[in-house]
Amino acid sequence: MRSPHGEVRPAYADFAGLLDDLSIESLVTKQVAAEELFRRLGITFAVYAEGGSTERLIPFDLIPRILDCAEWELIERGCIQRVKAINIFLYDVYHDQEIIKAGLVPPDFVLLNPAYRPEMHGVGPPNQVYAHIAGIDLIRTGERDFFVLEDNVRTPSGVSYVLENREIMMRLFPDAFAGQSISPVDNYPERLLENLRAVAPGDDDDPVVVLLTPGRYNSAYFEHVFLAEQMGIELVEGGDLFVRDGHVSMRTTEGPVKVDVIYRRVDDAFMDPLAFNPQSVLGIPGLLSVIRSGRVALANALGTGVADDKAMYCYVPRMIEFYLGEHAILNNVYTYMLRDPKQRQHVFTNLHNLVVKEVQGSGGYGMLIGPMSTAEERETYKLRVMQNPENYIAQPTLALSTAPTLIDGEIVPRHVDLRPFVLSGKDTSVIPGGLTRVALVKDSLVVNSSQGGGTKDTWVLERG
Amino acid sequence: MLSRTAENLFWMARGMERAENTARMLDVSFRMSLLPSSIDKQALHFEPILDIAPGSGRRFHELYDELNHETIIRYVALEPENGGSIWSLIRQARENARAQRSAISSEAWESLNSTWLKVQNLDFEGLKSWGYRDFFDWVKERSHLFRGVVFGTMLHDDAFRFIRLGTFIERADNTARILDVKYHVLLPQGEEVGGLIDYYQWGALLRSVGAFRAYRNVYRDTVYPWRIAELLILREDMPRSLHHCYHNLIGTLDELAGKKELECRNLAGQTYARLKYGRIGRIFRSGLHEFLTSFIESNNTLGVQIQEDFLMIPAAVAGAA
Repeated sequence: MRSPHGEVRPAYADFAGLLDDLSIESLVTKQVAAEELFRRLGITFAVYAEGGSTERLIPFDLIPRILDCAEWELIERGCIQRVKAINIFLYDVYHDQEIIKAGLVPPDFVLLNPAYRPEMHGVGPPNQVYAHIAGIDLIRTGERDFFVLEDNVRTPSGVSYVLENREIMMRLFPDAFAGQSISPVDNYPERLLENLRAVAPGDDDDPVVVLLTPGRYNSAYFEHVFLAEQMGIELVEGGDLFVRDGHVSMRTTEGPVKVDVIYRRVDDAFMDPLAFNPQSVLGIPGLLSVIRSGRVALANALGTGVADDKAMYCYVPRMIEFYLGEHAILNNVYTYMLRDPKQRQHVFTNLHNLVVKEVQGSGGYGMLIGPMSTAEERETYKLRVMQNPENYIAQPTLALSTAPTLIDGEIVPRHVDLRPFVLSGKDTSVIPGGLTRVALVKDSLVVNSSQGGGTKDTWVLERG
Repeated sequence: MLSRTAENLFWMARGMERAENTARMLDVSFRMSLLPSSIDKQALHFEPILDIAPGSGRRFHELYDELNHETIIRYVALEPENGGSIWSLIRQARENARAQRSAISSEAWESLNSTWLKVQNLDFEGLKSWGYRDFFDWVKERSHLFRGVVFGTMLHDDAFRFIRLGTFIERADNTARILDVKYHVLLPQGEEVGGLIDYYQWGALLRSVGAFRAYRNVYRDTVYPWRIAELLILREDMPRSLHHCYHNLIGTLDELAGKKELECRNLAGQTYARLKYGRIGRIFRSGLHEFLTSFIESNNTLGVQIQEDFLMIPAAVAGAA
């Protein structure tokens, strides 16, 4: 909210004025009202922990994170560039593998990657799009210094909070929206549907698009319901779909209906029990053969995970140069590969200053935050790393930017990140804003909702 | 509509309907147990409730050492281990609704959700200080509210129709079961017909389906068992009667099936004919218990057939081209 010199940034000026007119008590009242609204609307987040999955509210902070249009323009261009390169990369690794032949990416990183799907080799998805929906996690460390923390091109979630947070903010602070032009986000479902329809196989004018969910015990189930409702498409589970005569159909009360595009929120391994995990009850037996024959489109495509693990992340700037002939607009965080003995040695020596993560990990699980750890934890973690060094990377701890946050009746700084959502299919675009996640615990750098993080509305101002 | 959606809506409606009927049974039994002659055999009035749900009695004895009105109320109202408790039924109905939020109006969801939120953490102490009767009334009200909200806020489309199917299949089942459990009361062993205890028993039966005043309005006469049976089986205008339930089921199935030949329509039609053209004298002569048992069975078969005809059961897909 403030520049390094302490004055309020211009983007925040209007909202800061509004805050000045409000007492802390009335802010707290609004916060309570927001929680009540969320609860009534049933916006809950299932967290897997002891005692099975339970429902709880994801904490919402009502002070928005605000970006001016110059900041946003940089983020937008950077995200689009990144996702374009990743889509070309995915097409490449499942076809001619030019980038490997050029020696820019080690072959074993791709071919031995657990997320690589040899079954997808030679399969050309419509419009050559693999990652129709991508979430790029960004952090900020200085005025114009945005870093990409990770790319999410499997089944990224969180966009429903972007839309609901905005809805709540418009109810709570109508004056703020009347006073300045804040880019709307509520057309996201429409744009998503457009992109999904654009990748339908065949030339049906009115393709059938469905959203495939693992079901109500999934942590993002609320979002699946929400998006399906907003797009006006069926929310299906594996048991609703079946393969017959070379097509995917769904069970309806009127009889079977042919499906053209599946926006799936189920992981690769569970999609087809005949081809992948045979224990899966979430998928559709025989689906892979229909995908391979091009009679159904999957968004995101199978095998996108090869592009977004924390090791492949290091190569994204190279992909951008190789495929697009451009320099990366957004920086990568410097990353050490623990498979390399020299780098590993350096990391072990400086463990107290670094963050170590699992290559395939997500949700903030299984990581070590050096500065917050005890000597004993670090030693235990080293032993873990040594069992399988390929599985780990390390990064410097960055001074994440903070944003003002209402905690226990006080406005205090808390660390934030930002996940803009990038859509591809017809073309590639970003919704203005994204999900701001905030670490509610003082000094904490972990913003994941599964570990006590909260969210904020993200405002992009249309004028300087 | 997605078959699974239909399935969830169908069971959501059945859950709320059954919660209401269970509350009615508990309410009346509790009232009965307060009668002067009943003090020393309070539990007797509650025991039949355990018979209404199959297998329920055995589970009760696994969970509780003692059979008294408190343990029974606790088991039937709040016990999470009892899939047929009011607590479990509301939870299940709300889960069905949660799985199908896009198919129901937000008002319908909010109604079910707030019902669940209130009952979710209710323990037996809480129930006692709330008051049994007030709690039963509340459950009935929430059920009425839910039906009303569905009726008044949802598009009267297929989603609405599957909810109606669930409501009437379940209500028909519950009315028949209540009659069947109490049928020995309706057929006293010769002596003392019309005694004071009978009067209270019959009154209680009528009250359990909210039909006491309706009986008075229709018959303007003392309470006779065959008239109770007639009211609850054959009267079309009595909203909890079997005839009324089937009248609605037939209409709803016709709307859903359109021109299609569906087996469930045939089944429903056969039962409907028995109710529409049946006479109470004949039913009593050939055995009320036998009539009710066969009704419960064919009603159950109809429920399964509806699920098959609308592909709610995945295996049914194999048969549908």
